[in-house]
Amino acid sequence: MQSETRHEQFERHSFFGNFLRKLHVDIPLFVTLVLISILSFVILYSAGGQDLDVLIRQATRVALAFGLMILLAHVEPYQFKRWSVILFSLGIVLLLAVLILGEIGKGAQRWLELGAFRFQPSEMIKITTPMMIAWYLAEYALPPKPKQLLIASALIALPTLLIAKQPDLGTALLVASSGAAVLFFSGLSWWFIVGIGSLLTALTPILWHFMHDYQRARVLTFLNPEADPLGRGYHIIQSKIAIGSGGVYGKGWLGSTQSELDFLPESSTDFIFAVFAEEFGLFGCVSLLVLYLLIISRCLFIASQANDTYSRLLAGSLAFTFFVYVFVNIGMVIGVLPVVGVPLPLVSYGGTSIVTLCAGFGILMSIHTHKKLKPY
Amino acid sequence: MKYQRHKNEATLLTYDYSARRRWLLGVIIAGMLILIGKAVSLQVFDKEFLKEQGDMRHISDVPVFAYRGMIRDRNGAPLAISTPVESIWINPQEFKITATRQQIKQINRLLNLDDGKIEECLTDPHKQFAYLARQVSPNLAEQVKSLKLAGVYSEREFKRFYPTGGVAAHLIGFTDLDDKGQEGLEAAYEHLLHGVPGSKRVIRDGKRQIIDDIENIKEPIAGKTLELSIDQRIQYLAYRELAHAVTINHAKSASLVVLDAKNGEILAAVNQPSFNPNMRKSLKENLYRNRALTDVFEPGSTVKPFVVAAALDGHYVRPDETFETNGSFEIGTHIVKDTHNYGTLDLTGVIKKSSNIGVSQMALRMPPKYFWEVYHQLGFGESTASGFPTEVSGSLLDYSQWKPFDSATLSFGYGLSTTALQLARSYTALADNGILHSVSLFKRDEDPEPKRIFTSRTAKSVRAMMETVITKDGTAYEARVDGYSVAGKTGTVKKAGAGGYVENSYFSVFAGMAPASNPRLIIVVMIDEPSAGQYYGGIVSAPVFSKVMSGALRILEVAPDQSNNMPVLLMGKN
Repeated sequence: MQSETRHEQFERHSFFGNFLRKLHVDIPLFVTLVLISILSFVILYSAGGQDLDVLIRQATRVALAFGLMILLAHVEPYQFKRWSVILFSLGIVLLLAVLILGEIGKGAQRWLELGAFRFQPSEMIKITTPMMIAWYLAEYALPPKPKQLLIASALIALPTLLIAKQPDLGTALLVASSGAAVLFFSGLSWWFIVGIGSLLTALTPILWHFMHDYQRARVLTFLNPEADPLGRGYHIIQSKIAIGSGGVYGKGWLGSTQSELDFLPESSTDFIFAVFAEEFGLFGCVSLLVLYLLIISRCLFIASQANDTYSRLLAGSLAFTFFVYVFVNIGMVIGVLPVVGVPLPLVSYGGTSIVTLCAGFGILMSIHTHKKLKPY
Repeated sequence: MKYQRHKNEATLLTYDYSARRRWLLGVIIAGMLILIGKAVSLQVFDKEFLKEQGDMRHISDVPVFAYRGMIRDRNGAPLAISTPVESIWINPQEFKITATRQQIKQINRLLNLDDGKIEECLTDPHKQFAYLARQVSPNLAEQVKSLKLAGVYSEREFKRFYPTGGVAAHLIGFTDLDDKGQEGLEAAYEHLLHGVPGSKRVIRDGKRQIIDDIENIKEPIAGKTLELSIDQRIQYLAYRELAHAVTINHAKSASLVVLDAKNGEILAAVNQPSFNPNMRKSLKENLYRNRALTDVFEPGSTVKPFVVAAALDGHYVRPDETFETNGSFEIGTHIVKDTHNYGTLDLTGVIKKSSNIGVSQMALRMPPKYFWEVYHQLGFGESTASGFPTEVSGSLLDYSQWKPFDSATLSFGYGLSTTALQLARSYTALADNGILHSVSLFKRDEDPEPKRIFTSRTAKSVRAMMETVITKDGTAYEARVDGYSVAGKTGTVKKAGAGGYVENSYFSVFAGMAPASNPRLIIVVMIDEPSAGQYYGGIVSAPVFSKVMSGALRILEVAPDQSNNMPVLLMGKN
């Protein structure tokens, strides 16, 4: 196959390549992930007010996440398939638990207190939903029949609605797209895709009806941020100003005024891209996007090289979900999408999303590095 | 194809997985291009607009306060200076988000605030600004700022400080909390003293705190320094002696003016009661009147030398003429009285004994117009134009309305009113050999508008007559100054009340100059309602004159012109 590229030859023939192969680490993916993590530290140092403690905390999380990634890379892919149903069911139960506890505690509830550490079931469901759908569809001949499609859709809708009820629109969107990606890779007919697309567009007014007030406000703000520049539009206006004032070349590292001076809210977390864009300019933005594209391409390549249907569907979905992650965050910060609380993957401050993302990359590495050692 | 090798994956053949993958990659690249396109539009096309918007948010121009001009005495000693202070204010809406009870207590303790004052500010949900303390020391402000509380701010201000306290308070006046002149010279010369604020460009952060200065746009222009004619040493001496005299005589109030006899500069002008301009909370309005310039009294006998001089210059009396004074003198239905029957008096005797009858006879010989002109030219009934706000002009009735008795009463100082400064100024005509000087509160080398009133000969001879006042049998022996000859005149004036003159209520005045041979200083002392028993000008005011004159002459290093009454210690060899 054409994709049998130089590094694969390198991996197969060199001693070092064989060693890494035994480590079950996919080199191109690993290198790009390390690169983007380093970039993350660089920009976090600036956005976090040059606080070394922030950096150390984040580095610890990244190290833990990478550890989990390598650990999962050693698990053989059929194990994921075997555990899919159980893990998905567990995720749903936990989501229900969170929802019920939230009812009691009044207000938004996303976390589950498990003794000393907090656990966010919606993060786990981001991975287990595509696992579940892939498991279900892999049992049948592809492309799926209408009955299987219906059941698969229901399996996607269940966690999506539970998370949307929390309410966490951003995560719900990611979960839905991870499931939809599996359907897409399963060879879903184009007519069906177009049909669903039109149906969703038609349903938008109804969706609007079920949205929370603050969610509606976010959409309205997205459509016209200048309507309330000091209130709801503040985030998006400030972030546009920060990005725009970076210009083509940027103001240089630590040179951002909008975030350094606290004009930009959430500059270390959801809006970190604005700081990056202000300091490194258009060149920085394009470079970052290229880096993301490299990661996504590698993931898609791994998907295409997978040995079995389950792995292939799951890998493709994980790759696509990662893209949705990037697109939703940057789209929001840059002003092409409404504000939804999604962090910039691998760059924003915070541990939860990094752990989930690295778990996904771990699964991808496992899929890629086990197939030749032990075909099944 | 690779997956064809696995027979259990045969089902995949029914569709092309790779096509799906390429489709998705296409979608992803399209998505990335949308993001890049938007980034290009923001960072290339909208860059200038957005940068400007950004700068508007964190760059702003703020005023830079200008120093208010100093007020200094003639030797450069500071009488009013501005020191930088900080005013601390809060934005209650920001403050109440994070402030704890403990922190409020800390602020209360640091700034010495009443309990509950801060809490009161916090109750109004719309209030964005409240001063906690104004004009505190920069050090204290730093302590408050180091608590790092949200919504607590400070701003640089200037506080006026008056090193001489109450000594020159009436003259200097004071400023209000906003550094604007309220009283005295501070108010009158506000236009010179206040500086022009500059402006600078600063960087603010999202909490509106100033982080850094970028550039100065306009330098602030400091206010001009006022250089007064006042000599702080003489001012202090006069203040001390006058305060002492007011205390021992149980007087209501008092004023004292020291003039440079050669050019009309005001070397000192003090009043009692006084106030401390550095403690503005306790100010009462009646305390800060500059009485020496704003309060009038009838000058009484202190104007008698002018009558003699006018009569001599107009040849209405001969220098060797004598006057019969038999204790009382009738003018129409009115009677002029002396305190004793002095019998026959020559001109010197009239001054020395302060005979009302003697000066009345001289006054009656002069045409009212001539007599009025002398008084008018001496400045009575007209402001001295010293430049002090609220200065009054006194009063002098026009001669066309005079009756014969008015000439007589004017000759012994009733029927006209004057401030202490006006009286002191009129004495320059006698002191500088007939030349009247304008007065000035500002340092100057010479009088720009000297005016001859009397001939030099007349002025000298009247001064010689006035020297006899300060002799053992004159009315003001108490005014003598060791080592110097003194010429002067007492005045003991009945105070006018609602229905005529009030019994046992007097102004005690002494006006004089020294050294009499070539006067350098003129001092007028006016004590209002001494009520400890003594009320004669020669007894109540003359001692104050003596002490201030003696000290001032030494401060100015004026050579003594007499050796016969020098203190033994200075003279004796053994």
